[in-house]
Amino acid sequence: MTAPKQTLEEILDLAAAHFKVPREKLTPDEDFFKTLGIDSLQALDLLTRLEHHFRIELPDYELQGVSDFRTLAERIQARL
Amino acid sequence: MLNLDQYSCLGAALRDALDRWPNETCLIEADREREKTRLTYSDFEDVALPLARALEDAGFDSGDRAAIIMTNQSKWLISAYAVFYRGGVLLPLDYKLTAAEHLQLLAHSKAKSLIVEYYLWRAITQSPEFKNHKLTKVLVTEAPLGADLACAHRWEDFRRKGDPRFVPREREDVACIVYSSGTGGRPKGCVLTHENYLEQCKSLTAWYPFWPGVRYLSILPTNHAIDFMVGFIGPFVCGACVVHLRTLRPEFVRDAFVRYKITYVALVPMILKNLERGLRAKFDELSAGKRFLLYRMIALNKSLTRREPKVGLSRKLLSQVHQGFGGELRAMFTGGAFIEASTLQFFYDLGVPVANGYGLTEAGTSLTLNDLKPFRADTVGKPLPGVELRILNPDSDGIGEVAVHGKTVMSHYLDDPELTAQTIVDDWLVTGDLGRFDGNGHLQLFGRKKNMIVTEGGKNIYPEDIENAFDGLPVKEYCIFAANYLWPAKGLGREMLVLLLRLEQNQEFTDALKQEIIARNRRLPDFKRVGGYLLCGKDFPRTASMKIKRTELAEDVRKVLGRAAVVEL
Repeated sequence: MTAPKQTLEEILDLAAAHFKVPREKLTPDEDFFKTLGIDSLQALDLLTRLEHHFRIELPDYELQGVSDFRTLAERIQARL
Repeated sequence: MLNLDQYSCLGAALRDALDRWPNETCLIEADREREKTRLTYSDFEDVALPLARALEDAGFDSGDRAAIIMTNQSKWLISAYAVFYRGGVLLPLDYKLTAAEHLQLLAHSKAKSLIVEYYLWRAITQSPEFKNHKLTKVLVTEAPLGADLACAHRWEDFRRKGDPRFVPREREDVACIVYSSGTGGRPKGCVLTHENYLEQCKSLTAWYPFWPGVRYLSILPTNHAIDFMVGFIGPFVCGACVVHLRTLRPEFVRDAFVRYKITYVALVPMILKNLERGLRAKFDELSAGKRFLLYRMIALNKSLTRREPKVGLSRKLLSQVHQGFGGELRAMFTGGAFIEASTLQFFYDLGVPVANGYGLTEAGTSLTLNDLKPFRADTVGKPLPGVELRILNPDSDGIGEVAVHGKTVMSHYLDDPELTAQTIVDDWLVTGDLGRFDGNGHLQLFGRKKNMIVTEGGKNIYPEDIENAFDGLPVKEYCIFAANYLWPAKGLGREMLVLLLRLEQNQEFTDALKQEIIARNRRLPDFKRVGGYLLCGKDFPRTASMKIKRTELAEDVRKVLGRAAVVEL
């Protein structure tokens, strides 16, 4: 499944705001752990913010093995 | 607590615990703020025995192996008890591994039974290697209605009426096979006996007792040696309660401390650091006046608890901080990875001692632990009762390889006599870790002698196990090392994996090659990724069977290249 561009864009906007980095620094396919210098717990923190925005509930395991925004958008899209 | 000396196996001790404290709560399970399950010891028995009976009717018997792949939850412990009740051998597998890795370990262990959560089972059945599995009985928890379970049964329906037959085991019989690492390369299945666990439980609870009313928050995976002991066996044989959370989101973890008035918790350094970061941010948000007052109180608490913790006093002096932890927290356990002394000291000064220890799966949960008499942030504590440690071939600073002897040391590595012989020499287990004892009998660690790293998340990573991720890389040859193995640091600096590359003659290191390495690296779970690469100027030394002579290669590299030559990815 491919996430609509809008979902992906919204995730990138929210991540940039959450981690206080310029939006243009984030790209869909880059490893966000490395780009943002975060650990898996900080990534879980972002998940909470995304849940509030999209009004969904994502179990922790949906993030397992995910390290780029495009895959994350696909997981979120599947629950919208 | 129960007198563990009188038991020959975990099943018997757990069975007596269920009888002894029928009305005490033993398990609470919450999903976010929603409490899903609350069981007394009597309820626990009512759920576990029909499962044990169903296993019996399915032919599961003494010595049969059953694997569990589940996140932390009540069904993990219920299933484990049913397996022990039937005299089985438990294989707690790491739920964070990939489906292919799960199948590899299931095959290596020859487990015929598997108890698994639905989302993990779904991934396993979709793996190409699934067609070769040899499982005969699979129980899947929490499967949605109508879900295709392949050959599996629903855990919730797998129950039979009638009392199951209890199958006793001897102390020297195998209780668990725990993989300390080794997926992809050489699986290291630590064979641990009932005696190993009973003795470990006895020594740990001698220093950190549990009792009815104590609540342990289970965050570390239960398949991990620490949580299996302090989040299952330890609390149960003392009539205490285990709280499971189905999420590790920091906000729900924080909420659980308060909601369930947690007494103990075990954490990996990464979570501890996260907690520290959160607390420091909160302190910074205080007005200048309040912050000044807080730091004065912390300084006062520090001075009054210099010799030993004074829980009651600290809770009064720093009541708001303690209320944030639920008000009843006595200690946090950490181990399995190195942690900065400043983090340990930060919590101790707040009146929340972190009992830092040192252990490895091969030798039980913990070998040393901080006894807080007094607290020391710069060591991993003293040997637990019954654990003998010695330093092999110490150098002029007293630093050498740590070796352990005692009743908690594993029996052997599963189906690997060669590795067992290298690891257990004359009844002493050589750990591969470098350490020394100080004048007060505290162990200090100084890095590793073996080629491996331990992540902040507490995972052992052996470089050779992840080399196949780079199979077919267009270079002459390659090899992965732990940076601290190539250049022994005698320190606790950040650990990193390094990809050593030998290019073909006249080959240049191009950007395309770099991108290929980056792409392959990204396919690995984040904690297994290499941090940088290094170009080697000569061919790798190899054995007659063409295996890389790693020790020799590391020496060659060390002679000509320093740590600064590593190019970060």
